[in-house]
Amino acid sequence: MRIVLAAVALLGLAAAAAGQEVAPFVVSGDGIAAPLGGLAGSAERGGRIVRNRETANCLICHTIPDPAEAFMGEVGPPLAGVGARLTPGQIRLRLIDPTLANPDAVMPAYHRVAGLAHVDARWRGRPVLSAQDIEDVVAYLSALKE
Amino acid sequence: MRAAIALALVLAAAAAGAGEVRAPATFLSPDLRALQDDPSRHPGWLWVDSGEAHWRAPPAGGRPSCQGCHGDIGGMRGVATRYPQVADDGRLLNLEGRIETCRSRHQQAPAFGYESEPLLSLTAAVALQSRGLPTAVATDGPAASFVAEGRRLFETRMGQLNLSCAQCHEANVGRRLRGDVISSGIGTGFPAYRLEWNTMGSLHRRLRACSLGVRATQFSLGSPEYLALELYLAARAQGLPIEAPGLRR
Ligand code: HEC
Ligand code: HEC
Repeated sequence: MRIVLAAVALLGLAAAAAGQEVAPFVVSGDGIAAPLGGLAGSAERGGRIVRNRETANCLICHTIPDPAEAFMGEVGPPLAGVGARLTPGQIRLRLIDPTLANPDAVMPAYHRVAGLAHVDARWRGRPVLSAQDIEDVVAYLSALKE
Repeated sequence: MRAAIALALVLAAAAAGAGEVRAPATFLSPDLRALQDDPSRHPGWLWVDSGEAHWRAPPAGGRPSCQGCHGDIGGMRGVATRYPQVADDGRLLNLEGRIETCRSRHQQAPAFGYESEPLLSLTAAVALQSRGLPTAVATDGPAASFVAEGRRLFETRMGQLNLSCAQCHEANVGRRLRGDVISSGIGTGFPAYRLEWNTMGSLHRRLRACSLGVRATQFSLGSPEYLALELYLAARAQGLPIEAPGLRR
């Protein structure tokens, strides 16, 4: 835990500090190498999370290489080939909190509860995705090699 | 009139380069745009008709109708271009707030209530008189602090998804967010008939939907936060034509 706080303090951010539902992590470079909570991800579950329009809602902003999906967004880069462009650690960091890599990031932080303003009471103190969800999505995206 | 609006919109679209604020109509699909321009097919005209009837109808208790004080509703031409504005008592009023103030002060009648049918109808009918005219709100003097507060809110990341209005409506204008094309996010088309609502709705109702979208607290209809945002949106829209009543998906 001390290492986590040190890494966070180094970046001048209070990302992982608060909230029991947020797993601790260590940032190195622009990645988070170790799986959250040491959990193993399932690419199959991750694919379902990415497509879920009620929770993660990734496809509001991104496209995935799946002809069955209609009305995908173009606010974020296409996710096709992301597993070849980024390491699992880089993907993990971008899901947990992309502002750790770029303070101006548009993409929401999916595993962060601290430092957010005016959060609706229904979601206050809870991350969008659990540690297991994050690991599942990391597994799914890492397998998107082209 | 219709040709004038079309021309104003073409000019607005032509004038706007990258990063500039563009009229909402320039983001509509051709179908919706045609519908917005056609009173015989635009369902919002039901509210306009009812608003004109409310304009002429005196309230109970012998006080004058809107028409009794202001004359024909055509005399309201240009008024909507100047709202929101700061009233003599220092309050920031949008068109809805102005109508409610007349209702209580001059008609001594109970307020209609935000999002009520009569208030939406009267707002739509009054705003229509300015259709095609350029937005011209005051941003100096007593309005300046409200503009600054609106801007601060517009640029503040909010909600569980941690997004500001500006990150969508400035940084990602023209991009697809699922089935929508993100517009400049201004209020010149409101009140608008939204197909998703199946009814007419106010700008503040639309803002509540954006707040919910980022899982942020929804401020109340007529709240100081949304009023300040409304003025800042109008300041961004300065010079762009009033489109109300709009037609949205
Ligand atoms: C509101 C829009 C939005 C949503 C929702 C969103 N993203 Fe993103 N995403 C972006 C943007 C924009 C970027 C580019 C970096 C930035 O500005 O944040 C990005 C970057 C990424 C990257 C890095 C891609 C690269 O090639 O560098 C990954 C991976 C990613 N997103 C995955 C996801 C997943 C998975 C979800 C859902 C769990 C998601 N995104 C939800 C907007 C979004
Ligand atoms: C995640 C992206 C996103 C955020 C953040 C967001 N909006 Fe929107 N907004 C949209 C989309 C998509 C629409 C529907 C398409 C359009 O008109 O832009 C919309 C519509 C609007 C409209 C209606 C425009 C019209 O003519 O119909 C206004 C006004 C508006 N937004 C203002 C705001 C304000 C003010 C905020 C901040 C409190 C905000 N938005 C935050 C995505 C967003």
